[in-house]
Formats: sequence, C-alpha cells, structure tokens
Amino acid sequence: MTRLTLLSAGVAFTLAAAPALAQEGDFIIVQSTTSTEASGLYQHLLPIFQEEAGIEVRVVAVGTGQAINNAENCDGDVLLVHATAQEEAFVEAGFGVSREPLMYNDFVIVGPAADPAGVAGSTDVVDALTKIAESEAIFASRGDDSGTHSKELELWEVAGIDVAAVSGSWYRETGSGMGETLNTGIGMGGYVLTDRATWINYGNKGEYTVAVEGDEAMFNPYGIILVSPEHCENVKAEAGQTFIDWMLSDAGQQAIEDYKIDGQQLFFPDADESQS
Amino acid sequence: MQSFADAFGEAFRLIASFDADLRAIVFLSLQVSLSAVIVAAIIGLPLGAFLAVSRFPGRTAIVVAITALMGLPPVVVGLIVYLLLSNSGALGPLQLLYTPTAMIIAQSLLITPIIAALARQTIEDLNDEYHQQMTLFGLTSGQRLVTLLWEGRFSLMTALLAGFGRAIAEVGAVIIVGGNINHVTRVMTTTIALETAKGNLALALGLGIILVSIAIAVNSLVFALRGTAERAAYA
Amino acid sequence: MLDRTNTKALSATPVSGHNLKIERSGRLLLGVEQIVFGGDAVTAILGPNGAGKSMLIKTLAGLQKPDRGDVSWNGSTPSRDGYRKVGMLLQHPVLFRRSAIANVIYALKQAGQGTRDAQALAHEALDQAGLSAIADTSARLLSGGEKQRLAMARALALKPEILFLDEPTASLDPASTLRIEEMIGAAAKVGTIIVLVTHDMAQARRLSERVLLMHRGRIIEAGRTADFFDRPNTPEARAFAAGEILL
Repeated sequence: MTRLTLLSAGVAFTLAAAPALAQEGDFIIVQSTTSTEASGLYQHLLPIFQEEAGIEVRVVAVGTGQAINNAENCDGDVLLVHATAQEEAFVEAGFGVSREPLMYNDFVIVGPAADPAGVAGSTDVVDALTKIAESEAIFASRGDDSGTHSKELELWEVAGIDVAAVSGSWYRETGSGMGETLNTGIGMGGYVLTDRATWINYGNKGEYTVAVEGDEAMFNPYGIILVSPEHCENVKAEAGQTFIDWMLSDAGQQAIEDYKIDGQQLFFPDADESQS
Repeated sequence: MQSFADAFGEAFRLIASFDADLRAIVFLSLQVSLSAVIVAAIIGLPLGAFLAVSRFPGRTAIVVAITALMGLPPVVVGLIVYLLLSNSGALGPLQLLYTPTAMIIAQSLLITPIIAALARQTIEDLNDEYHQQMTLFGLTSGQRLVTLLWEGRFSLMTALLAGFGRAIAEVGAVIIVGGNINHVTRVMTTTIALETAKGNLALALGLGIILVSIAIAVNSLVFALRGTAERAAYA
Repeated sequence: MLDRTNTKALSATPVSGHNLKIERSGRLLLGVEQIVFGGDAVTAILGPNGAGKSMLIKTLAGLQKPDRGDVSWNGSTPSRDGYRKVGMLLQHPVLFRRSAIANVIYALKQAGQGTRDAQALAHEALDQAGLSAIADTSARLLSGGEKQRLAMARALALKPEILFLDEPTASLDPASTLRIEEMIGAAAKVGTIIVLVTHDMAQARRLSERVLLMHRGRIIEAGRTADFFDRPNTPEARAFAAGEILL
C-alpha cells in the first residue's frame, strides 16, 4: 500500500502546487482580442504596468466574439477588444461598466505579388473588394465572429456583395484566428483582411505585401471595458480599474506609442481626445 | 516558405539557449500532463480492472462507452470543463479557471477513458489466466483487483504512456481552460499554436521538435525503468 | 505456523459430491451420483480425454459450479475460507510475476500467516521441494519441471487437508516426474488426502490405493488399485487396464 500512499502524496503535491503557482500576488484577467497578443503589444506593455502597479495581468487572447462571451460569463475582469458596436451592446446590457476608447490602428488587405485582382496600391477598400469579387480572386476570411471578421462583413455589405452566397467558392472562411487565417490565405494565394499590427509582427509573409491601405473605412479602434462588478461579484474591480486607468494615462498611452517593430508604430493612442 | 532545415536550426537554437521562459513552459507541460496521468491512473486503473473482472447488467454498455470515449475530442473536454469552472458555471466558486489545475482536470478527463479501456483489456486477458488460481488462494474481489493490477504492471505501463502521449500532445482542451496565459498556463502545445498564429512557423516547428523529444525521453525513461524492474522481478 | 489441531473442529474433509451433473449443448460432461474423498491417502482418477476427470475435481474444489447437485466440504458449501484446507494444483498452475520464494510467501500470507512465519514456512517448503537454490529467481524464468515443483511446493506449504492434482506430471521428463511423485508420497505420508488425475497408469499403480475410472462423464469403475488392474469388472476397465484405447 506504500505505493498508493506515495502516489496520492504525489497527486496532492501537484494539485496543491498548481493553484499556489497560479495565485502568487494580485492579478487580473484580461479577456482580449488576438491581435494585441499576436502583435507582441502585451509583452511590451504589461511588464511596465506590473512594475509600476504591482498587479499581474493575465491575458486570455481569443477572438473578440469569444472574449465578449467569456467576459459575460464573468471569466475576466477587463475586456479589451475591437468591435465598437458589440462593445457598446455589452455595456448597455449591464455586463460592462463603460467603454473607453484606448487606441487604434487600421486594417489592411494583403495580397500576393502577382495581384490577380489588380488592387495593389488602392486606397479605396470598397472598390478593391468589388474588384476581388468580380475577378473571383481567392479571399480568405476569418469567419469566426471576431472584431476583424465583423469589420470585414461590414465592408462587403457596403460593397453590396453577398459573401455568404459565394462562401466555399472564391470566398473562403477559415473559422480561425488572424495568424492562422494569414497562414491559410497565403497558402491559397488569396487576399486577406488583417489588422496592421498582426501583419507587421507576422513572420511568414513570403511574397506578400500590403495591397490596400489608407481608407478611412479601415479604421480599427480598440476599446477597454471594466466588467461590471454588479453583474459579476468576483470581478476585481479595483485592480481592473487601476489597469484601465493606467492604460488611459499619459504613461500608458506613451507606452503604446513607443511599441514599434522594425521602426513601424503598431498602435496609436486614442484616449486623450475622449477624456479631455 | 520556411524550410524544415530552419525548423531544426530553430529547435537546436532553443535547446542550446534553453532560457527561463522555455524551461518554465516545458516544466509546466510536464507538471500538468504527468499530474493528469496520475489522476487518470488512480481512477482509470481500478475502473478498468473492475470492469475486467465483474459481470453485471449494463457492463457491456459501459465498456463500449469507455472505449468510445478514447476518441473524445480535446476541444469538447475543454468546453465541458470551461462551462463547469466558469464563474457562471457550477464550480465557478472554486476559482480554478485559467489555472494549471483546470488544465490537469481537463487532461485527466481526456485520458481516463484511454487508461481505463486499455487496462480493462489487459486485466481481462490476465484474469482469464489467473482467476482459478486466485480462487484457490481464497482472494476477495478487492484482493483480486490489487493482485491483477500488480501482476499486469508492466503491460499497464503502456496504457499510462498512451495516456501521457495524448495529454502532452493535446492543445484543444488546455487552451480553453488554461487560456494560454503567458507565464501562468502556457504550455508547449499552446505556445506552438500561438507561434503558428504569429506566422513564426520555424519557431513553432522547433518547439514541436522539442515536444517530440521530451515525449521520446519520457518513454525511454519509462522503458528503462521497466527494463530494470523487470530484470529485478525476473532475476 | 499452521496449527492443525486447532483447526480440526473446522475440518474441510471429507469432500463429497452428490448428484453432480454438468451438461453443455445436450452433451453430458459430468454425471456423478455419489463421490466421497475422506479416508484413502491417494486416489487416482483415470480415463480418456474428455471423460470428465478435470471437471470432477474442479467441481469438488469449488472452481466449477455444477448445473445440478451439491458439493460438500465436511457439510459446508465451498467457501473462500475453506481454501485454506482444500488445495488444488491446476493443470496449468499460474505462477505470479515475482520470485519463487515470493510466490510461496504470497500464498501463505493470503492464508493468514504473518510475514515472519510465512517466510520461514516458505523456505521450508522450497527446501523440501529441492528448490532452495532458485528461491530468488523469478518464477516465470524457471524450467517446466522447476515451475511444476514450485507450484506443488506452494500448494503443499499451505498444508491442505486434501489436495487435488490435475495431471501434475503431464509434460515433465522422468526426473522431474520422480521429484513430483516423491512430493506426493511425502504429503500423503503426513496425512494429506491426495486426489490425482493422471493418464499415466504406471503412476496410478505406483502411487494410489484407490482408482476411479471415468468415461463420458461418469465413474464407471471404482476400486482398490490392485483389484482394478488385476480384476477389472467392466469391459471398459478391462480394455483400459490392458492399455487399449477407450473411445
């Protein structure tokens, strides 16, 4: 029976060690979109914040849809996504305290050097999408209810193209994250709508370049929301608010501005205008 | 496109540097998956042995169900555990979501059917050989289970290794219940998923090579220990 | 140490069967009206393959439930506790994946011996079987003859009142057969009731006092060994004793 005792002791140890490992000090959970994680922004920001505030930030990076859903289930203290309409609905439903504009970047359409739809250099996204649809060049969509996906659907609607009807032909829904969709789209030689930050930090570009950029319609604002302590008792409202306050403060906004890859700035602070 | 050569180069670079982050990720992977194997063994081995030696109405249905559950998709297990551990779920007050413990729970659920089903087959075969002899020793049902588990220990190691292989390799369950939080719940497979999403394919594959190497190392270690133990038992 | 006098009140012998019947798909495998093992030291059960010899002793040893009829161990039905006094050497005895001595110790401890007593008794048993030299060898690595002697030593170490033996020397060479026969003889000498299933008529003559001849599930002749071989009553027994093939 000594074996069994040893075994149980081992289990007790590992089970006990695990939460202990997880609960050192004060921490909050941020339900986040993937682009902020995949772009490396958090690895730049969070150590600075932790140093200043002594609060550890744990990021769960999933699609915007899933992040909102998780936050609604009270599985996070702060929500950081980029789908303004859904964020406002979240606050209106009483799940969040308020939505604060945090930063923005923009969406771009990346495409192969061969440019089968002839859209390279365009600054008119609706025109570019129309050309892609007319030439039936392959377009890879997230298809995952994420912020980027909602934005893309919005743009197709403006262009008057019913992509649901052609899904599976030249319009391909990957049903996965931004990076995976880029991998898939590039593999198929298709066009992909992506946020600029993910694209700059993306390591598998191959022959791809930015084909369409600079249209105002491709503006990509990120908001930050404290999950409502009235809706979720377990929310660490104080620590969460400290994080939000810091992100919106001069120091936080400066840190966002300072994050660059290869000399390119990925996100642009957006807090000042609304807070003044 | 990045080549396999790049991936191997990346793997060697990672192993050579073996920095603190990588060490923590490897350690957490092993901690989570080995704990899951222990938990699953404590449940699965006696369950499998019990099903092997007992006859009761509905037994076949249970055996079929457990065998079918060997093919349980990790993402489904992840979802179930997430719904249970979520703050809006039944076990929310335990505050286990996004902790290594949640990952251990998910992986234990995932591999318990594997260990139970393989143990049942092993023990059932062994019982055919042993049951008359055990009757002659006047063993109680409980003593039979213990004796069969001990006599089948070398074959049962394979069941445990199968469970370990499944646990260390899966990503679907741990990424949902662990959240892939840097320095907290990030393991080998979720790191590989993240690096793939970042388009760092060589790095991702390099990590994959390390994962496979670790799996090989664990298996070799077990086989070596088993060889030594077997020689001791048979020497 | 097992104290025989203490357990006398709870004796498991005589072992008897009444109206035992086992049928499979309409074929009679065992049909024995009355059988008692109590007095004689060594009984040999003879008969061709499929005659029901193994089935009879397995039924009496409680390993096989008869379709009809009762087995009595001195008035009780076979039970877990009774196995301390009713022993059986299976045709293919199972040795556990541990050393020779550990196999014997395991059986003794299971029968209620303390660790120290079990060790002492096990060494004694291996000694008597001439197996002291291989006490620490894994049981699974022994030769066929050694395995059988170990299984026999393990069965005898429990000091059963009655020991059923199912073809104990079936696949052994003459030397190993001799060792097993010596062990049977020694056990009989200290009062163990031996029931021996065998195909070896010479062995039956050498060891037994009583012979049962079985054919198609039934006991067709029973008698003193000398009478059986010299003056068989039935034509089948005459044929069998004469070494003819019984179909």
